[in-house]
Amino acid sequence: MAISSQSDANGLNGFITDWASDKDAFKNVSWGKAMMWIFLLSDTFIFSCFLVGYMSVRMTTAEPWPNASEVFALTIAGEHIPLILIAIMTFVLITSSGTMAMAVNCGYRRQPKQAAILMLITAGFGICFVGMQVFEWTKLIVEEGVRPWGNPMGAAQFGATFFMITGFHGFHVSIGVIYLTIVALKVWRGDYEKRGYEIVEITGLYWHFVDLVWVFIFAFFYLW
Amino acid sequence: MAHSSELEGIQQHPISLYFKVWGLLFVLSGFSFMVDYLQLQGGLRWTLILIFMFLKAGLIVAIFMHMMWERIAFVLAILIPPLCVLVLILLMASEASYTNLNRLLFFD
Repeated sequence: MAISSQSDANGLNGFITDWASDKDAFKNVSWGKAMMWIFLLSDTFIFSCFLVGYMSVRMTTAEPWPNASEVFALTIAGEHIPLILIAIMTFVLITSSGTMAMAVNCGYRRQPKQAAILMLITAGFGICFVGMQVFEWTKLIVEEGVRPWGNPMGAAQFGATFFMITGFHGFHVSIGVIYLTIVALKVWRGDYEKRGYEIVEITGLYWHFVDLVWVFIFAFFYLW
Repeated sequence: MAHSSELEGIQQHPISLYFKVWGLLFVLSGFSFMVDYLQLQGGLRWTLILIFMFLKAGLIVAIFMHMMWERIAFVLAILIPPLCVLVLILLMASEASYTNLNRLLFFD
């Protein structure tokens, strides 16, 4: 199959040429990668709907919204630090994104063992993140008395949106951990020796997306 | 569809770039956290939160998710549709402020 050179691919002309061409519009993109991106696009809309729903209820409520900075504060070694747990969770997720990027790089350098180990490390950070989320939920439910239908701090919708949004994100992280582990073990076993290691990049796309969603949740739910 | 060996030829990015972006994401997250830690309020707070958020999101999509190296036809197919969300945000925001106004007028 003819693949036009890189110079044709750029600008409006490249866009028109690719989309007007026979057979496929996405040159140089394998089906696996294109489908993962399209799945992520649909997932973007799901999370967007949650966040827009959150915006709606936060704007409509006449009661004061609980101050996230105080709700998620922790006292560490006698020091009262606002939002510290969420900051640590953010750093853990970014670290895992970095190790995932390294794994993708190792895959393309044909170093499957290193790629598999880095993917397992990434999954480890993911477990760490979910563990901290479990701690956060427990603290909120047991100590602060936050429920989906109400809480002592202010607007009742706080609990509903919090559990829905972070719960759905945590679910994505958990699925990501399973997905990463399965692919890492297959990479380690040498299943992709013939086909090449693009699978590591596709798995990486999903993992980076989970980090990407967290960037928006962190900004809109915890900081706003 | 390109054969995987061709793809591998294209996608050898210098590892130093990933380390730089990784570091930058840490720094930007630190800045986001500082916005809250320093208790900045009002317009300044919202502007800074949005700037750091979009910088982080942009770096993740462009570098970590390799969008920077994809062909423009693919980049536009993936990145244009989410802009529809902006319409949804505008619609819901205007609806929400109307609801809020009514609640303040009739239920307080």
